[in-house]
Parts: sequence; structure tokens; C-alpha cells
Amino acid sequence: MSEVEYRRAKAAQGGLLIVEGVEGIAFGDRVRIRDHRGRRRNGQVIRAAEQETLIQVFEGTDDIDMDNTWVRFLDQPLTLTVSPGLLGRVFNGIGEPRDGRPPIVDGEARGISGSAINPAARNYPREFIQTGISTIDGLNSLVRGQKLPIFSASGLPHNRLAAQIVRQARLPGEATNFAIVFAAMGVSYSDARFFRESFSDSGVLGNVVMFINHADDPPVERLALPRVALTAAEYLAFDLDRHVLVVMTDMTHYAEALREVATAKGDVPARKGYPGYLYSDLAEIYERSGRIRDRHGSVTMVPVVSMPSDDITHPIPDLTGYITEGQIVLSRELNNQGVYPPVDIAPSLSRLMKDGIGKDDTRDDHPRVANQLYALYAKAQEARNLASIIGAEELTARDQRYLEFARDFDQRFVGQGEDENRSIIETLNLAWELLSRFPRDALTRVSETDLAHYHRAGESPA
Amino acid sequence: MTESRSGYIREINGPILRIHLPGGRNGEQVRIGSLDIVGEIIALEGDDAIVQAYESTDGLRPGEAVHGLGHPLTVELGPGLLQGIFDGVQRPLQEIASIAGDNIPRGLRIHSLDRERAWQFSPTDGLEPGGQVAAGTRLGTVQETETIEHRILVPPTVSGELIDLAPAGNYTLDSTIARVRDAQGKVHKLALYHRWPVRQARPYSRRDHGVEPLITGQRILDTFFPLLKGGKGAVPGPFGAGKTMVQQQVARWSNADIVIYVGCGERGNELVDVLESFPQLQDPYTGRGMMERTLLIANTSNMPVVAREASIYVGMTMAEYFRDQGYDVVMLADSTSRWAEALREVAGRLGHMPVEEGYPAYLGSRLAAVYERAGRVETLGGGRGSVTLIGAVSPPGGDFSEPVTSHTKEIIQTFWALSKELADARHYPSVDWVDSFSQDVSIAAGWWAKEISGAWSSRRTQALSLLARDAELSRIVNLVGPEALSSAQRWELEGAALVKEAVLQQSALDEADTYCSPNKQFQLLELVMQVFDQGKELIALGAPVQELAEHPILARIRRAKSTWRSDEGDQLAAFASEVYKAFSALRSEYASGQEALP
Repeated sequence: MSEVEYRRAKAAQGGLLIVEGVEGIAFGDRVRIRDHRGRRRNGQVIRAAEQETLIQVFEGTDDIDMDNTWVRFLDQPLTLTVSPGLLGRVFNGIGEPRDGRPPIVDGEARGISGSAINPAARNYPREFIQTGISTIDGLNSLVRGQKLPIFSASGLPHNRLAAQIVRQARLPGEATNFAIVFAAMGVSYSDARFFRESFSDSGVLGNVVMFINHADDPPVERLALPRVALTAAEYLAFDLDRHVLVVMTDMTHYAEALREVATAKGDVPARKGYPGYLYSDLAEIYERSGRIRDRHGSVTMVPVVSMPSDDITHPIPDLTGYITEGQIVLSRELNNQGVYPPVDIAPSLSRLMKDGIGKDDTRDDHPRVANQLYALYAKAQEARNLASIIGAEELTARDQRYLEFARDFDQRFVGQGEDENRSIIETLNLAWELLSRFPRDALTRVSETDLAHYHRAGESPA
Repeated sequence: MTESRSGYIREINGPILRIHLPGGRNGEQVRIGSLDIVGEIIALEGDDAIVQAYESTDGLRPGEAVHGLGHPLTVELGPGLLQGIFDGVQRPLQEIASIAGDNIPRGLRIHSLDRERAWQFSPTDGLEPGGQVAAGTRLGTVQETETIEHRILVPPTVSGELIDLAPAGNYTLDSTIARVRDAQGKVHKLALYHRWPVRQARPYSRRDHGVEPLITGQRILDTFFPLLKGGKGAVPGPFGAGKTMVQQQVARWSNADIVIYVGCGERGNELVDVLESFPQLQDPYTGRGMMERTLLIANTSNMPVVAREASIYVGMTMAEYFRDQGYDVVMLADSTSRWAEALREVAGRLGHMPVEEGYPAYLGSRLAAVYERAGRVETLGGGRGSVTLIGAVSPPGGDFSEPVTSHTKEIIQTFWALSKELADARHYPSVDWVDSFSQDVSIAAGWWAKEISGAWSSRRTQALSLLARDAELSRIVNLVGPEALSSAQRWELEGAALVKEAVLQQSALDEADTYCSPNKQFQLLELVMQVFDQGKELIALGAPVQELAEHPILARIRRAKSTWRSDEGDQLAAFASEVYKAFSALRSEYASGQEALP
């Protein structure tokens, strides 16, 4: 069957091609298309009926005509050929080389859609990853197997932050067998180059697999890209025992491509024109991270989600937040003040932090210190609001102290250099430096022992 | 498979298929194609049926065979349920992991309950062959776990003359333990388990009203917004507000007999957290392992959407089954929004006309139908049992006016609204005292008055009105600054802060604070309100607010909740009298000071 080419295209629009009168075509199968100029295109069956087959064409349907379009059904699902040779290579969204080197042939072809990991076979993620960034390590810790997105917006340095995480992420005191899977959907050439140079400068290029779809590449290809990239990540993690960090940028471009195809297909829109299955679709991608019992590797995911018009309630960040285990939210305000990384700690959260930190993992006081900083920062924000109305001079001494704290917190704790790699102990000591400006009685979230150990009343610089 | 009819696939569109199957029935289960995957008929059009598949349809082709199984989606109800972890259509996940490895394969044929294991059955005394049995009659018991005795009842559809009953002994699920001849003369063989269609509520004699609160060990819930056993509650909140944490705390510490946790469209890693942490937890009421009374249904967000829709019904049917045995069951559904979205997704694929936010018009009625299966009832066997349903709601963007939240709000009695602002300030549990409500405070008050203290009701009201005053005064402060407030008003702000920090905030991660007994709840509330009242008097006597607010004993009051565990009530009481002494010392100081003034 796979040798037969059909010239039965009936309609083509918006990246979709309808072929009629070919029977017994399997849902989800891969398709090869030859257009009137003899160019090859790739597609996938997204609706299979007795008389009509709907195909999404990864290279788009521009310049396709009805009479000279030849379709071949390959009778196999979309696959990626996996082998250790993936490392160091660059591919497009459907796993074809785009680095000018030959395709990988000596490996196993794996379906890209993946099947759900049995929750009973999972291991709970609890190994603290030190990223060297205080707002993450101290307040929103990342653990192995977690999916922790960066919620950003146009013009904010999410790429620089993601690259810094990739450069610095280590398990404290362990030389690890790591790998990086970089999945870029609809990114600009300069962003793609920035990442490549960042990997190359830190000498990790040999441990990186890149899947790149540029902003001017066909959007339909973005639908396959994260699945292809995660197939590679799962192979590296669960077959080759690597600890894989997957950086996906930008998930918003992915969701927009999904909407484009859904609209063309005539699916009933739910919110903002996105199809009702956006949640399930995103979940299929994000849920592929994790740890599996009796396997040594792990898949940790740091997707970048840019919030359209800075709106965190937009369906893409909203649904993402319901699937991922927290989020790191970047703030335009901090960025404008020149704070890097401009992490807004209030809406940021790591759900898996609680079991990855504390006595045996980082330091005993860590959970309470994080809690205390959050509580003080929230009070400081109230003081800031008050100051903006009645003026800072009118504030009580207590509120003045909050203001000072918030300023130093933003500048010294949140703000750090792009090459500054702080150990978790440095981060916690810095936190205590800030906490020590408050009298002991004002710190009710930390324990008496913590205060005795780390509070340095009177030592603070006058 | 005697009644099985055959047809074939006509069209595949994601999880929705059109099949040709003459004589198909709505709700009927089908087995599809060479992959043998399972689905359910959701609509009929002539000889065609629309089917939703519980498993991925990748690789199916039009023309492949389909078999109608002649029955709707059912679950197996019997010993072996507890401590189990099932997926959305009651497939045992641990078994599957041991057979099939890390991922869940398709087309698996596996029993929900273990057929190999023998259970020790003890027949009910005095039940003799020849006597009459009815639906709900207790045939005997199986001690399923140390804490839970599994009562084997005559299924709701059977009654008649008992022909024979097995003697005490070990039986597997498939062995017949009793035979019953019904009025038509038909003989029913009864085993330790039976099947029940999930979308059909199990029958009971009559509805009963709730009489006592469910104690969850969480102060903001028990003291401020009580939920009755047999009640319906909802926990809405945007992501990150701590819904899952609230649900898990209720699952851990509530004084129900059985807890059913339905992770509906949940995060895989969070379900593993439950799986790994529950077996290590101790039930505060029995001292036994928490898992012994717990049953988990895990449908992670990446499992097929249709199984997600089914998971709530599967959980509810199991809850009703234990209710029928006379138990108080708590079912937690996390999250009903994911369930509603599954409805929407399927409706969208079927081309149903969307109404609000793309949801189909039947969203409200479906939601109500699920919640209405909760309640306290007189069972068929004459006992009392209850199902308390607590549904998490995940409103997009935290907007409580969206369809799922607003429909839910109309149905439930207790509303635990979670607030993003509180969560951002790490005020946990982030239950908002303004938006939350409970319609059952008066019934709960009766219980508290009888079990703990007659002052509960008035103290609770005082605390809530203090919090309301706080919101009002904070607005003034935000406009004109704290200087505009009188001393008494500033003390009210301090008092409200004390209520928030010493009573409302509760750390799930703190060993002493994670569970708070009703007694300790009241002790803390009483302590804080006393301090507030006495402070008010002191201020009337001329004590400066600043001095009171910075009194070191307040910091100790704030830490009291995590200083003493629930079983250390005496120490807490001793601390309280120390506090009162300190305050009366202050009072005599100021009172005498005032007298000294000319």
C-alpha cells in the first residue's frame, strides 16, 4: 500500500489537504505528498472516514494544486529514529536534519505521540536542582522531573533566563550525566542563534539536541515539534539514563498553530478561538516530564510561555498553569527598573518544592525562610501601595522598614548577574541578611532555632 | 459475549468515532478494531452510532470491526477496592504497571478487582436458608483492612428467598457465596462482588438530612465554613491557590470512614505524591495507616479525555457502594472543571452548539446530577450512610463568574473560595473569608455546642465580624493612612491580624499544625478572641496600641498552633492562662495608673 500514490486531492486550505476515495487509512498515519513541482511534503492523517481523509501538511499547503498533487500513505505513524547519535544534532519539527548532516538511520523508530506514563510507575520528583538563581532556588525550587514554565511577555528576557538555567542547573555536589533538548517553535533566527551560542560557549553543544522551527517556517510543523523533541528526551532519559532538561520556547506559538489548524478544520472554538481540546493537547506534551521508578534518568521541563498582552489569564498561560507544577512569572515593572532576572515572586510558585528542600536536601531553615520572605514581601507590597497614595514620609516606622526591605530584596536578592551562579547556601545567607533587619518578634514564620542560628540582630550594617 | 453484535468503523475524528452498528444502545460499551480498544456509544443516528473511545484511536482505520458488548459502563464493587488505585474506567493501575511496564498500553483486558485473592468471609448470624432476603440485606462481612469491615450486601436488584449461604471460610471473588430465588422463580448466584452501571445512582430507602459536621482538622474549614457529613462542597480557586493542597488535607485528616480521591485530569507527579505519602500517614482517629480507608482514582491530564469524563461517575458509584454499607464516605473530585472541560471537548467534537464559553447547554444539569448523588441516606438495609462530595473547581483566570463555578455555586451548600491574593502572600489555606460561605452553620453549631463549647457560635461570629471590620478599616488606611484611625480601630486591625495568623493560617507541612482537633481549634480561637477583648479594655483604660501590638507574648500566640499538637491541649491551656495572667497584670497596671491620675 505504501508504494501507491494517489492523485485524489479534493480540497486544500490552511495547511489541510482532503483526499477522497482512498479506503482503510489509519488515523494518525504519516503521509508523503509530492506537489506539481516534484517537491516532497510530509503530512499526518487527522481525520479518517470511509470516503474522505483529512491530512495536515507540515510544510503547509501553499502552491498546491488539485491535479498534480500525489499522496502516498506510508502505513505507519509519525516516528523519530532515536540513537545516541541524536546528541549534538539539529533537526526540524518532524525530525529531519537541518544541520546539513545525513539523517539518523541506525536507530529505533519510535512513535512520537507517546502514551501516558502509568501514575503507579512514576517516582515522585524530590531531587533539588540548583539553578544558581536566588528567586528560583530559594523561593521556587526546581526539582528533577518537574515541569516549571517561565511565564513571560514580549520584550522580557525569558530567553536569557532559560539559557542561564541551562548553563547553571546542577544537582549540588554531583557531576551529572545530563543532556539538553532544545525545542524551538516559531522563534526568530536571532533567538535561535542566541541559544546555540550560549550552548557552544558553555561547551555543552555535544550534549544538546536541537529541534528548530523558525518564525517563518510553516506553523503546522510546530504541532509535531514538541512531540518529536520529547520522544528524543524520553529516549535520552529512560534508555540512556541521562538527566534531560527540556527547554521549549515558545509554547504560545505552538498553541497558535493548533488554533490555526483547528479553525481550518472547523472545530467548535471554546475560549478566544482556541479549540476545546487545547487543555488535553497541552497536557499530552507537559505530562511527558517526570521520573519513572527503576529508571535512572529524568525529564525536567522548562517551557517558555509568552503571555499575550501580559495577560496571565489568557487561555494559554492559564491552561498551562493548571497542568504544570508551578510557574516562574517575569514582570515588566522589574525589568523596567533594570532588575535581572525580573522574577515577580508573588505569582511565582513551585508546587514540588516542599519535598525537595530542607534538612537533607538544602538546609533545615529553607522552607521557613522562603515562607517568611514571601510574607514580608506581601506586607512590603501593601506598604508600597500605601506610600504611593500618602507618600513614603507619612508611613509608620514599621512600614518604612518594609519599604527598605522590598527595595533591597528586589535589588540584591531578585537581581543578580547573568553569569552569577549563587549556591543555595549563598542564597539562604543572603535571605538572612535581609531578614536580620527585622526584630526577632516580627519573624513569626521561622522557628526559634532558626532565629538563634541565623538571625544577626545588631550586626546589620548601620 | 453471547449478546455481542458486530459492526464497523466509518469515521475517526480524534477520540470520537462514527460506527455502523444496527441495534446499538445509548451508553453501550463497544470494543473497537484490531487494537481492541474500549469505547461507549453516546449518540445514535439511524444504524450509525457515535462512539467516544476511552483510549487513543491512533492507528484505527475505517472499515475495522466493532463489537457491541450489550451493557453500559459498569464497575466492579467488592473486596479489594480499598487501597487500590484505578484509572478513570476502573482499571487497576498497579496491576497494569506490573504487567505492562511504565506506560499504559491499549486494548488491555484486565479485571478491576483481584480474582486470585481469597477473602475471609463470615456470614451474618441468624441468616438461614429458606428465609427472605431483600436488597441491602447483609449476607456477611469480609475484614478488608484492619480498620474497614467490608459488608457484603444483597445487590440492589435482587431479593427473594435465600436458598443457601456459604459458611465462614476463604473465598475468591468469583465463588458463589449465596443463592437467592426471586419472586419469578429465577435463581441469582451472588458472589462477593457485583457490577453496577456508573451513570445510574444506586438506590436507597430515603433521603435524610445532615446532622453533624465533617471534621477536617482544618480551622478555617471546620470553625468558619463547616460542611456536613453528606453535604456538598466546592473549592474554587485559580491555579496556584492551593486547591489540591486543601483537598489532600481533607483526604488526610477528615473523620470519614472511607475517602475516595478522584484525581480527574490531574498532574501525574501530584498523584504520585498522594500514592507515596498516604501509605506513610497515620489516621488520627484509628492510628492505622491512612491508605486502609482510602481509594484512589487517577486520571492524569494526558490520559484520554473520555476516561476523564467517566472518572467522576466511577468514583461516585464506589462512594455510594460504601455508603450503602453504612459508612460515611468523603469523595474528593479534583477537579470538576477538568471534568466539565472533557464534556466541552466531546461536545465540540460532536458539533454541539456551544453556549457559555464553549460549554454545551447541558453543563448545568450534568453538574447538578453529579452533586445530587451526594447526601445522607437511610440505606436499603435500614442503616445510615452518607456521601460527602467536595469538588475542586479551577476557574480560568480565577474568575468565579465563569460557567462551571457559577453553576456549582447554585448546587452546593459549602463554598470554600480560594484567593490568589492570599496564596501570593503565602497565607495558607488561602480560603477567603469574604467569598466563602456555609449554609449549615446552625446545624454545625449544635454539634460544637454539644461536643466542645457553647461559646463556639458567638466566638465564630465575633471573629468573622472582626475580619469584616478589618477589610473596612484597611480601605480607610489605604486612602488616608493609619494616622486617621483611633486607637480602638488600630487595635481592631491588630486583632484581625492575630486571627489571621494564629487561627486562619495553618501549615500543612508543619507536623504539629497540619491536623488541628476541634478542641484545639476552639482553644486557639478562644485565646485570640480573649486577647482581643482584653486588649480592647486596656486601650479603653489608656494603654498605647503600639505597646500592646509589640508585646512579645503576641508572637508566642502566633506560634502557639505549631508549638503544641492536638493531643497537648493541657499545655495549650496552661499557655492560655499564662497569657491571661500577663494581661490582667497589665490591666491592674493601667487601672491603677488611671486611678493615680488626678
